Amino acid sequence: MTTRPPEGQAGRNGALIRIEHLAKTYALGEVDVHALRGVSLEVERGEFVAIMGASGSGKSTFMNIIGCLDTPTKGDYVLEDIDVSKLTRDELAIIRNQKIGFVFQGFNLLSRTSALENVELPLLYCAMSNKDRHDRAVAALQRVGLADRMHHFPNQLSGGQQQRVAIARALVNDPSIVLADEPTGNLDSRTSVEVMGILQELNANGITIIMVTHEPDIAQFTKRQIVFRDGKVRSDKLNPAQRNAAEVLKEMPMVDDDEEEAAA
Amino acid sequence: MKTLNILRSAFRALRRNKMRSFLTMLGIIIGVAAVIAMLAIGQGAEYSVKQQISALGTNVLIIFPGSQQQGGIRVGAGSVTTLTEEDAIAIAKECPAVAYVSPGARSGGQAIAGNLNWGTSIEGTGADYLEIRSWPVEYGEFYTEQDVKAAAKVCVLGATVAENLFPESSPIGQTVRLRNMPARVVGVLSKKGQNAMGMDQDDVILAPYTTVLRRLSHSPYLRQVIVSATSPATINEAQRQITELLRMRHKIASYDADDFTIRNQSDLAATATATTEILTILLASIASVSLLVGGIGIMNIMLVSVTERTREIGIRMSVGARGRDILTQFLIEALVLSLLGGLLGIALGVGGSLAISGFAKWPTIITAFSIILSFGFSIAIGIFFGFYPARKAAMLNPIDALRYE
Ligand SMILES: Nc1ncnc2c1ncn2[C@@H]1O[C@H](COP(=O)(O)OP(=O)(O)O)[C@@H](O)[C@H]1O
Ligand SMILES: [Mg+2]
Repeated sequence: MTTRPPEGQAGRNGALIRIEHLAKTYALGEVDVHALRGVSLEVERGEFVAIMGASGSGKSTFMNIIGCLDTPTKGDYVLEDIDVSKLTRDELAIIRNQKIGFVFQGFNLLSRTSALENVELPLLYCAMSNKDRHDRAVAALQRVGLADRMHHFPNQLSGGQQQRVAIARALVNDPSIVLADEPTGNLDSRTSVEVMGILQELNANGITIIMVTHEPDIAQFTKRQIVFRDGKVRSDKLNPAQRNAAEVLKEMPMVDDDEEEAAA
Repeated sequence: MKTLNILRSAFRALRRNKMRSFLTMLGIIIGVAAVIAMLAIGQGAEYSVKQQISALGTNVLIIFPGSQQQGGIRVGAGSVTTLTEEDAIAIAKECPAVAYVSPGARSGGQAIAGNLNWGTSIEGTGADYLEIRSWPVEYGEFYTEQDVKAAAKVCVLGATVAENLFPESSPIGQTVRLRNMPARVVGVLSKKGQNAMGMDQDDVILAPYTTVLRRLSHSPYLRQVIVSATSPATINEAQRQITELLRMRHKIASYDADDFTIRNQSDLAATATATTEILTILLASIASVSLLVGGIGIMNIMLVSVTERTREIGIRMSVGARGRDILTQFLIEALVLSLLGGLLGIALGVGGSLAISGFAKWPTIITAFSIILSFGFSIAIGIFFGFYPARKAAMLNPIDALRYE
């Protein structure tokens, strides 16, 4: 699982993501909370990055800005040569739609809406025939191994399955990057490894992934580990010993589906 | 996002809260139904007033004693009693544009036949009254010029009076006591039904005006003179001739106003129509208030819905929905609510109007105008009251919407 993806289709002349002096300050009444205090880093195509750090160190704030869900107070953010910090609300929406797939800790699926329709959701906001949309959503569900559950509602799926639906939704529009904020935070350890296996497989197929986790075990499955502290990058190093989730899974004790459901 | 997909998801969102959606629509349903029913009632009244007036005959003039008041509306009926039998006779003789003349008198009172009695109004008329009113006799015949000259003790019963005084036998040839005067029944009028004001036109007894003046009301003055022109075209000419004649007979100086009032069809029609039009507008405005309240209901529910679905909005935005996509989604939901409500309201309004005319015997008229109006209104209300909540949803920040608990 160390194959480098073929070098960039777009963004030939630089990193996929380039961030300089990124700062975010929340004004909470009288006090200013400095969630990010000047973060600079680059992410290349095909990387699999873990963002680590204590709670409150600014990981989520960072991810939300990278995911164009939030805007920085200061600093530059260039995604595929586009200066994102200069875009309007609508342009940001298009970036989220076309270039970014976001996976949340709490899944964030629409309830009372089938897995398939959840995965179709991003495609509703771009021009596409109903058939193409359906086909692409089914293909994305197949990639995460859930094609047989596509008509189930979120409340009929286990936590791991729900997170896989969310990953399929993040993938469906062929994004430049998949962002995951503690995707295993709500899952038991075996399911976490399963989800990491899926992310590793996607990465092996050329998808760039940035993932937040505070669990060192989970970070072991990534290629690069960045540690945040107090809104700054404290360390940024490659992971020389990336573990293979598929192999780890074989060595883990088998758990019944029922127990998995109960744990989730 | 394609319109069809938006529509589908709007319907799904509304189905999710069936009861709430229905109750919200109920406001619009009732509002639209009320507007349609009220307009139907008002326009029905307007129509039947016009019918009644034209049933009077298009060439009929009514001359009242007393001077004309402002706006063609007479206040204080018969305040000056200046019309006499001689005036009426002179009009018949000397106005060539006049075809028939019927002097009018009236007396209220009990009519008694055997052991039955009935309170009604006793109208004194000339022998040509039915010609002017185009009102045929059903049984028997009308009294003659001779009867009028002789102030004969005869009468003709309206259908309602006949039914009440002679439920079993034929009234022709029988005697009724009008106050204390016995009168022989010579005829029964055909049924005319209610007039525009809902009064039963068949609840009347007709007698020679001479009989009413001399034997019942003991007054020398006429209440009115009803006249028909030789044709609808000569009605203005007839009015002019009558005015000239009466001014001469009453010795009115050229600078003085008439001491009588001549009213024709179009005066009556104008007054009555104006009244019923006001009624229609009044009814419709009251009904539109409930439509407005329905709209506020939609706004309320949409605001609740936006708050409840803040996370959904956040999720949609996180996968690429733009503000305008969210705006359209909520606006369409509001529109679907108000449109469905509008359609059901039209059905209820039309059904209700038919029921009103069926059971209460009120005339109702449903026009395409009233349907289009109330339907258009409900669309406008959907857009107007849906816009604010929809905009509120569209303006949300993706991250704030996602974090919303
Ligand atoms: N919406 C907000 N308003 C005010 N302060 C916030 C908000 N979001 C995050 N913060 C603060 O910013 C800091 C970083 O938060 P966050 O990025 O969520 O940390 P992490 O994900 O690493 O736990 C924290 O001190 C947090 O309290
Ligand atoms: Mg966090």
